[in-house]
Amino acid sequence: MSDTPDIAEHLATRAQRDDVLELGMWTFLSTEVLLFGGLILSYFVYRHADPQAFLAAGRETRIVIGTINTALLLTSSFCVAAALQAAEQGERHATRALLGIAILLGLSFLGLKGLEYVEEYREYLVPGIDFARTGENAHGIELFFIFYFIATLLHGIHVACGIGVLAVFAALATATRASSRYVAGLRTAALYWHFVDLVWIFLFALIYLPGRNS
Amino acid sequence: MTEKNYLTDDYRLVSWFTTTDHKRIAILYFATLIVFFFIGGAAATLIRLELATPGPDVVSADTYNRLFTMHGIIMVWFFLIPSIPNTLGNFIVPLMIGARDLAFPRLNLASWYLFVLGGCITLYAIFMGGVDTGWTLYTPFSTLYSNSYVSVAVTGIFIAGFSSILTGLNFIVTIHKLRAPGLTWYRLPLFIWTLYATSVILVLATPVLAITLVLLAMERLFGVGIFDPRIGGDPLLFQHLFWFYSHPAVYIMILPGMGVVNELIACYARKKIFGYKFVAWASLAIAAAGFLVWGHHMFVSGQSLTASLVFSFMSFIVAVPSAIKVFNWTATLHKGTIRFDAPMLYALAFVGLFTIGGLTGLFLACLAFDVYATDTYFVIAHFHYIMVGGMVTAYFGGLHYWWPKITGRMYPEYWARGAAILIFFGFNLTFFPQFILGAEGMPRRYHVYAPEFQVWNVLSSGGASILAVAYLLPMFYLGFSLFFGARAPANPWGATGLEWRTSSPPPRLNFDQQPVVTEDPYDYAHAPEPQHV
Ligand code: HEM
Ligand SMILES: [Cu+2]
Repeated sequence: MSDTPDIAEHLATRAQRDDVLELGMWTFLSTEVLLFGGLILSYFVYRHADPQAFLAAGRETRIVIGTINTALLLTSSFCVAAALQAAEQGERHATRALLGIAILLGLSFLGLKGLEYVEEYREYLVPGIDFARTGENAHGIELFFIFYFIATLLHGIHVACGIGVLAVFAALATATRASSRYVAGLRTAALYWHFVDLVWIFLFALIYLPGRNS
Repeated sequence: MTEKNYLTDDYRLVSWFTTTDHKRIAILYFATLIVFFFIGGAAATLIRLELATPGPDVVSADTYNRLFTMHGIIMVWFFLIPSIPNTLGNFIVPLMIGARDLAFPRLNLASWYLFVLGGCITLYAIFMGGVDTGWTLYTPFSTLYSNSYVSVAVTGIFIAGFSSILTGLNFIVTIHKLRAPGLTWYRLPLFIWTLYATSVILVLATPVLAITLVLLAMERLFGVGIFDPRIGGDPLLFQHLFWFYSHPAVYIMILPGMGVVNELIACYARKKIFGYKFVAWASLAIAAAGFLVWGHHMFVSGQSLTASLVFSFMSFIVAVPSAIKVFNWTATLHKGTIRFDAPMLYALAFVGLFTIGGLTGLFLACLAFDVYATDTYFVIAHFHYIMVGGMVTAYFGGLHYWWPKITGRMYPEYWARGAAILIFFGFNLTFFPQFILGAEGMPRRYHVYAPEFQVWNVLSSGGASILAVAYLLPMFYLGFSLFFGARAPANPWGATGLEWRTSSPPPRLNFDQQPVVTEDPYDYAHAPEPQHV
């Protein structure tokens, strides 16, 4: 039996508890790397097979929305990092405010993404549902957009989960919970959020930038 | 017996379904896997029944396709991959390293629920009419042509994949962070090393399967041609992604078995494992090199000759650490004080059968021979020697070895030896003829065959019925021992390892006092004498 209540009964010390959480998250992220990795690899295989079409398809994406979204997500990551700092120094209200901003930024990201989907639907760019392009690049563009939708949806699901997790921490920030445990948890959640951010940076380069310099 | 153990801690049924105790979760997994083993086994029985004669007499061609698909899917994803890790591993890992539980107990329970959910969805697909693509789910057949329940089954496999990932994650963190004081890496039992290597594969390979199945399902459901050559998609890409997972996955299906066998051989030869560090690192070498050989499943797919040569070469490399293990086991046996208890019989069977399976793997890794043997019964025999002859045998061996620890009861030794011998004979009779059939050119996945193949097929089907009986036997005598077996002492085999230092069955938090480790593993020179009960 452990004598301190904020440690689960199978663990011995707080340091062990924090270590376990952190390593658990890193291990989970390694899984995630290969999840997105498989997808990105497939993208490259097809981009390699049909480079012209992928450049053409890249030019059809909404780079303005994509760029704004990148800024939103990066700023939210900054807020989460700052929230963690605040939590470590015991500034609970600042923690909550910063997490709140991060959540709002995340929600705006999802909102803009939705808007982007609607526009793409209007332009017949949704393979399997409503896709219409002709010309020699048509097939390649279709492949590009298949990956575009799968990758951004998968990423969007991750963002949504991350928002949920941050919301829990925002709610707990001012509750009187054992605070070292809270900080350890928040550090783990922050890792996840930064990872989701990092994935987006890769997706941004692969989706919006092809074909822009010509 | 008034002291409480993990079994008597709480008698209510809900306490089982809400437990976070790794020992109880192991038992939940065990019970679930028995069900899947029987369903998969029933399909195998029907397959062998059909193949007893050359003509089509028991099932139609279409039903036959669904039978072998269901057999493969269930046996691979719902029996063999979780077999040793989630039952014996779940139970023994924390005990072996002197921890009170796995690092994330609730995640452990969640993994079981995910597994059951995935299993139910897959069973639903099977009983609604089944899947006819083979367990390999090759495109474009699986996406464009098959009229069977591919999407549902794929959903089930996808979900079960996450249960694998959670288990792997839990083991990795536990082994890193929860070891008892004094238990350094080189003092760990080799079972832990193999499960560590297995977990690395679970965590790094399974997500690739997950995303591949997502792509497959997308193509099938929305008709978007990800692998469809008509719009420039590449059906071979599916095979690459699939085998990038599935070749490492075959090591998920053998490494834990190797781990069990290390424990058994050391205990029943009463010796230190020969070349401990080599065996330990061989596991990680297998896990790493196993990621670089997937193309040996695609020699005839049209991949480039250069690719084939590289994959062929790498397949030879990956056999090296496997061979190191076999040599070290035999060297451990050399001049040992060997006792032929039932677990040891299983372990010895494992060594022989795995060697045959591994060597025929090298045959298949030779380009020229593989072109000849692809999709013949030779391949079937190869992987069954490893997966069934190796892994399932090790599973039974480990089950007997740790049975007193898990249940607190001794099993009937002579029955167990009888079953072990019967399994060995039944297995060889079933699968050795398949090497010959394959070498003579009998293809896999057909429900009819040329009459000249019948002799070997009859032998194989006969062996399968012996094997079926042999697999059923432990059900009865182990079930009997649950209620009537003699009470087990803490360490009936005089084995080393922390799991034997606590009572049988262990208390809920495993140890009354935190154990401290001061000696090397497998120190059989100083181990207690076996107690024959
Ligand atoms: C010693 C190292 C091994 C080598 C060099 C090796 C080699 C091969 C090769 C070249 C093939 C492809 C044959 C073909 O399709 O024509 C193959 C198939 C297979 N092997 Fe192995 N193998 C090894 C170990 C294993 C292990 C440890 C397992 C499982 C526990 C395993 C399970 C399988 C399975 C399931 C297939 C067939 C998959 C299918 O087509 O359905 N192999 N092996
Ligand atoms: Cu392979």
